[in-house]
Amino acid sequence: MSENGYEKFLDMKAFKKVRSQLIPLDIANVDTDQIIPKQFLKLVQKSGYGNYLFYDWRFNPDGSLKNVFVLNNPKYAGREVLLVRENFGCGSSREHAVWALFDYGFKVILGPSFADIFYNNCFKTGVLPIILRRNDIEHLFNNSENFVEIDLMEQRVNVNERSIRFQIDPMRKKMLLEGLDEIGFTLQFGVHIARYEKQKGKGII
Amino acid sequence: MQRTLFDKIWDNHVVIKSNQILKHNDDGPSLIYIDRHLLHEVTSPQAFEGIRQNNRFVRRSDLTIATADHNVPTNDRSLPIIDEVSKTQLETLSKNCKEFGITLFDIDSPNQGIVHVIGPELGFTLPGTTIACGDSHTSTHGAFGAFAFGIGTSEVEHVLVTQCIWIRKPESFLINIEGTRRNRHTITAKDIILNIIRKIGVGGGNGSVIEYRGNTISELSIEQRMTICNMSIEAGARAGLIAPDNNTFNYLRGRKYSPKDAELNDMIEYWRNNLKSDPNAKFHKSININVDSLAPQVTWGTNPSMVVDVTENVPFPDEFAKGNGNEEKVAIRALEYMDIKPGTPITEIMIDRVFIGSCTNSRLEDLVEAALVIKGRKVSPNVRAMVVPGSQQVKKEAEKIGLDQIFKEAGFEWRESGCSMCLGMNPDILSVGERCASTSNRNFEGRQGFKGRTHLVSPVMAAASAIAGHFVDVREWL
Repeated sequence: MSENGYEKFLDMKAFKKVRSQLIPLDIANVDTDQIIPKQFLKLVQKSGYGNYLFYDWRFNPDGSLKNVFVLNNPKYAGREVLLVRENFGCGSSREHAVWALFDYGFKVILGPSFADIFYNNCFKTGVLPIILRRNDIEHLFNNSENFVEIDLMEQRVNVNERSIRFQIDPMRKKMLLEGLDEIGFTLQFGVHIARYEKQKGKGII
Repeated sequence: MQRTLFDKIWDNHVVIKSNQILKHNDDGPSLIYIDRHLLHEVTSPQAFEGIRQNNRFVRRSDLTIATADHNVPTNDRSLPIIDEVSKTQLETLSKNCKEFGITLFDIDSPNQGIVHVIGPELGFTLPGTTIACGDSHTSTHGAFGAFAFGIGTSEVEHVLVTQCIWIRKPESFLINIEGTRRNRHTITAKDIILNIIRKIGVGGGNGSVIEYRGNTISELSIEQRMTICNMSIEAGARAGLIAPDNNTFNYLRGRKYSPKDAELNDMIEYWRNNLKSDPNAKFHKSININVDSLAPQVTWGTNPSMVVDVTENVPFPDEFAKGNGNEEKVAIRALEYMDIKPGTPITEIMIDRVFIGSCTNSRLEDLVEAALVIKGRKVSPNVRAMVVPGSQQVKKEAEKIGLDQIFKEAGFEWRESGCSMCLGMNPDILSVGERCASTSNRNFEGRQGFKGRTHLVSPVMAAASAIAGHFVDVREWL
């Protein structure tokens, strides 16, 4: 691993089954400014953002922990699945938000809906965002102490007696399961890109 | 088949579809060609680092431009940058652009400015194109009839190397805006888009590209249309889109990168005939908005859907949530953060700071309109007010017509261009507890500074509030 932590993401590990209890974050429309405040966007590397995750919600100005915030409850330590409300990750496109969640230890985020750019960004770092129906999300909020199993291959979230199927693009699924580097994948289609550029010629459209 | 404007731009840019490669039936994402790529200092360093680590190269540096905007100081440019980390990020951008042959408008350039202000200003933004940038407000460029959208840093790297991006085709959402504003100076594009977000919510546009049209849109200038498209992302939309017309074509003439003479005329001919939705094109959803009785809009909470008319009171959480328990919780939290009581008339809210700027409202027209309110008046002694032009060009043009004098005489700070207090990555931030009338786009917790409180308004509303020291109905002033 290099000093700036880049290779950690490039050699993205294949996504394995996850089994964990949940951390319930019961707030709708959480924006990426909250997930990672702007003062931490000045760094030029990809790693080490976990310490700054939800910074203003986790820490008092003197650096002490805010006990009321869910992530600071010791019983939730080490859990790998974040449970969220509607429109999680809205606002700024900063991928630092996903780097922070990943670095903190989250592998899966379960929610009823996600903001588009955030949802895309998740896959690049190997965090799996899963959209579930509202009643399933409600059930999970009521059972966050139970272990859930996330099986990407079968596209299932298993909890208690429930086994909930979720949707995912086949291409994204393949990328995650095999830990593929997306740019390397796209470069295989260099011929198609060159052909497109040639057809287009000098014109813009 | 009848197609939307978005369908047409999309179809023109598909390089390959993932279902052709993976042999499955799901639509999946398509590889879309990117005609224009904009870079800035904050979301690009890790992308360049990735390219270096893998011995890759930038495919089309000729289709890429960069500027320094997010954390540049807006005070005297001859002074050194004090913040070492910001300085490193700016130097990293310069180094990367030099290494990969990318045109950079850096802090000393006469063309420096907010990336979404300079793209159009330079004629880099053109109708019918696809435009990507590692910034969510890339939706701004949709005002030209371009499919323009924000991307993350990994995607910035992907575009640099391949000039393409994998994206699942978003749905189409039509917002038809009709009616006649009672006063064009006081009821602005900002009020129209805030009112739309109030109606459809911060997730109302998720998964879609919004096409705005209707007589109200036709009457808006290009700069005003940019304000509308800019905030599409605040409704969650992937992009905003407005079909180009004569206003658009006239705007393009004579700009640095836009096509010239006969070539431009040919393109205009093509754009005029092709870049519009077919009459019976199907949208996944559509709504109608009427602006006949629209009033100036003011946000009261911590997301851009928490909006009321300036004549109204701060709502009670249940009134805002309309039966949605999660939204009600968010509203309770927002009121606590903003330290305002439900039922308070908006016009009784006192303010400490005023910020006129950001990629939403920092263009010449915004400053001209704000100056109409300010001329001959003085900023309230309790308020610190600043104007941050969107670009060096905007600043120069404004100074040519004496706007700087009007602002300065009124007691405003007249600053250098950049993103500034829209997100407070540079030294322009709110102090703990300060309340700001801001022409920017996000009123999120801490956005303009730790525990700072932001109310989003139009430039004329911000200007009038600066004078009065509290929110006022600017219709009584103009």
